[in-house]
Amino acid sequence: MIRVLAPSQLHAYTGGESRLTAQGATVGEVLADLDRRFPGLRFRVIDEQDRVRRHMRIFVGARETRDIAAPLADGEEVLIFGALSGG
Amino acid sequence: MTRTTQLLVGTRKGAWVWRDDGRRGDWRVEGPLFLGQIVNHFVQDPRDAKVQLIAAKTGHLGPTVFRSLDGGETWAEATRPPAFPAGEAKARAVSHSFWLEPGHASEPGVWWAGASPPGLFVSEDNGATWDSVAGFNDHPMYDAWVPSEAGTPDGPLLNQILIDPRDSAHMYLATSTGGVFESLDRAASWAPLNKGVEASFLPDPYPEYGQDAHYIAFAPGRPDRLWQQNHCGVYRLDRPGETWERIGKAMPAEIGDIGFTITPHPRDPNTAWIFPMDGTDVWPRTSPGGRPAVYRTTDAGATWTRLDRGFPGEQAWFTVKRQAFCADDGAPAGLYLGTTSGEVWMSPDEGESWRAIGAHLPEIYSVAAAPAP
Repeated sequence: MIRVLAPSQLHAYTGGESRLTAQGATVGEVLADLDRRFPGLRFRVIDEQDRVRRHMRIFVGARETRDIAAPLADGEEVLIFGALSGG
Repeated sequence: MTRTTQLLVGTRKGAWVWRDDGRRGDWRVEGPLFLGQIVNHFVQDPRDAKVQLIAAKTGHLGPTVFRSLDGGETWAEATRPPAFPAGEAKARAVSHSFWLEPGHASEPGVWWAGASPPGLFVSEDNGATWDSVAGFNDHPMYDAWVPSEAGTPDGPLLNQILIDPRDSAHMYLATSTGGVFESLDRAASWAPLNKGVEASFLPDPYPEYGQDAHYIAFAPGRPDRLWQQNHCGVYRLDRPGETWERIGKAMPAEIGDIGFTITPHPRDPNTAWIFPMDGTDVWPRTSPGGRPAVYRTTDAGATWTRLDRGFPGEQAWFTVKRQAFCADDGAPAGLYLGTTSGEVWMSPDEGESWRAIGAHLPEIYSVAAAPAP
């Protein structure tokens, strides 16, 4: 099980929940699991070429990744943030 | 008999709806919808007034399409928004959908979308799922026609789609880096249609393609007539002719013919309105001289008349973006425009007089007038 921190920008999908859990061995698998439960979430974070969108940031623990193939160990935490994107 | 008109207003930070009292007199606003979402287009289906679509993204989140099938009462998100094919060689990703076009009257449920980077997408199910249109997006000339390094501050655009009301296979596109393109086979193949249109920012000022077509429109009732507000002036094209005529040359020199949009009269093919902006020197893109005005032609562009009654007479520096100027089908026609300063203006008398019916919104990107469902 992976713990996930979802930013406020995704609350419309998660029903207002910031603290989630998901299944997956990679960041991409976790996002796919979230998308099954919260349809549409993944595409607003990851584009059609599997790139993290420019103003989104994903961390595995304290380590930032822009690779959705990044592996996860059971019990790790994926933190999703909205980066600074203008006024 | 009265009929409620509604204005669907898309802004940089959400959408609002104005509804009138059936006489275009008293207007009431509802909203916001999707507060904080960048709404480039908010459109009601003329084939089924219960269907409304919104093209949206946010500063953080990627692009999507919101859809209502009950006249705006409830909304859901497209299950497959416009997107380029995954894994394609060009590795394009839609930054934002910019234009939503209801399909031909004979094709209920069909919608088209234009995007940045330039992309054409089609839905057969009222906007629930979208497919990339290979006829344009994978055209061998794509990179030459709509180069990725050119374009607007928000990226290069496929900013408009028109469908001939007489023939669902006959389509036009407007782009910010290639100009206008035409298809005779329902988007399977395309050809440039830019003869006579200036591109003052290129070494060859009259190229086959490379123009910046801000806005194109059919003359309703005479779809062989096309109006165009280009980055480089106002044009008219009467098909089957292929050479655009720069009718903006008849505008007063101190005003010029630069702007974002042109609105045709709902019935008279010789009448259209423009909202000029300052395209001199560093291109302020403001009302020329700080004195906003609409200009109207009633003779297909031979002459233009200034219409500014009701607008501020000085120190007003707004302009009007591509999708933010429209007419209803009333008699006389009502005109509506949304400004970069967040005001909604309307004219009940074909532009003779103007009044603000809304203010203090975020920058307005689109205004669409439609009968209430």
